[in-house]
Amino acid sequence: MVDEKPLYDGSFSVVGGNFDNAGEVSSNIKTILKKIGLPSDIIRKAALVAYESEINIVSYARKGMIRLCVSPQCIMIEAIDEGQGIPDIDLAMQPGWSTANQKIREMGFGAGMGLCNIRSFSDVFNISSEVGKGTHLKMIIKTNSNTLQ
Amino acid sequence: MTLNEIKDLLDAEVIIGENQLDMEVKTAFVADLMSDVLAFATAGSLLITGLTNPQVVRTADVLDIAAVIMGRGKKPSPETLQLAEELNIPILSTKFILFEIAGRLYSHNIRGCIEKVGTK
Ligand SMILES: Nc1ncnc2c1ncn2[C@@H]1O[C@H](COP(=O)(O)OP(=O)(O)OP(=O)(O)O)[C@@H](O)[C@H]1O
Ligand SMILES: [Mg+2]
Repeated sequence: MVDEKPLYDGSFSVVGGNFDNAGEVSSNIKTILKKIGLPSDIIRKAALVAYESEINIVSYARKGMIRLCVSPQCIMIEAIDEGQGIPDIDLAMQPGWSTANQKIREMGFGAGMGLCNIRSFSDVFNISSEVGKGTHLKMIIKTNSNTLQ
Repeated sequence: MTLNEIKDLLDAEVIIGENQLDMEVKTAFVADLMSDVLAFATAGSLLITGLTNPQVVRTADVLDIAAVIMGRGKKPSPETLQLAEELNIPILSTKFILFEIAGRLYSHNIRGCIEKVGTK
């Protein structure tokens, strides 16, 4: 699909259960996208998608990584984790459905909105998961504003 | 309104951002649920909340929120303070409850960043 060398391609590891640094990867991603010089509304979408994914890995998985790949046409963000996985993806995608524990709720998360937010702020959204193994999210945000939605 | 005028209106303490008090804001969003903030808050708005953990600042950074106002006398935790300094996110703290904060700001022409939620 894309022949040119990507403008950026890199991965960041995320540690499950560590809320102290949760969001750090998303802040880094935002800084990288700013340096590339993308429009602020596109950066905001990408940062949001990365952040909700990062919080989910911290909340529900053992460990994971977030990959950022930027081409002239789009931003691709992948969130891949090793953890409990999601038994029923349709249910997990429903607004308001959450298994978040007290600790997650105290941080202001657990509204059951994260996956819906990720889907609505992405141009392409893919989710797959295996119980006991982990979850894989893949999001694409187009950077060429006239082709958006 | 500028942050400085908001500070006076809410009898607030500026915890971070003394150097950013000239900033103009027109809109705000009130919530204690970060995913709702992420879904609905718009860039350049105030975030009015009762939460004090570092995720408030992360969320504000992700969304390009202008400033965070902590109500009910809440103050940022040390980790939150450090992160806000690092990411340059202003934090004001006031003893007013969230309802009073919203009402006072509304009567000074600050509006919700959206009026209602739509069908997404
Ligand atoms: N990476 C993951 N691994 C395992 N389970 C997950 C993962 N991501 C989401 N889930 C499950 O799907 C549910 C819904 O996730 P979603 O992000 O939509 O909402 P939430 O995390 O519960 O709350 P919010 O994101 O609004 O703070 C979670 O409560 C959890 O049970
Ligand atoms: Mg979530």
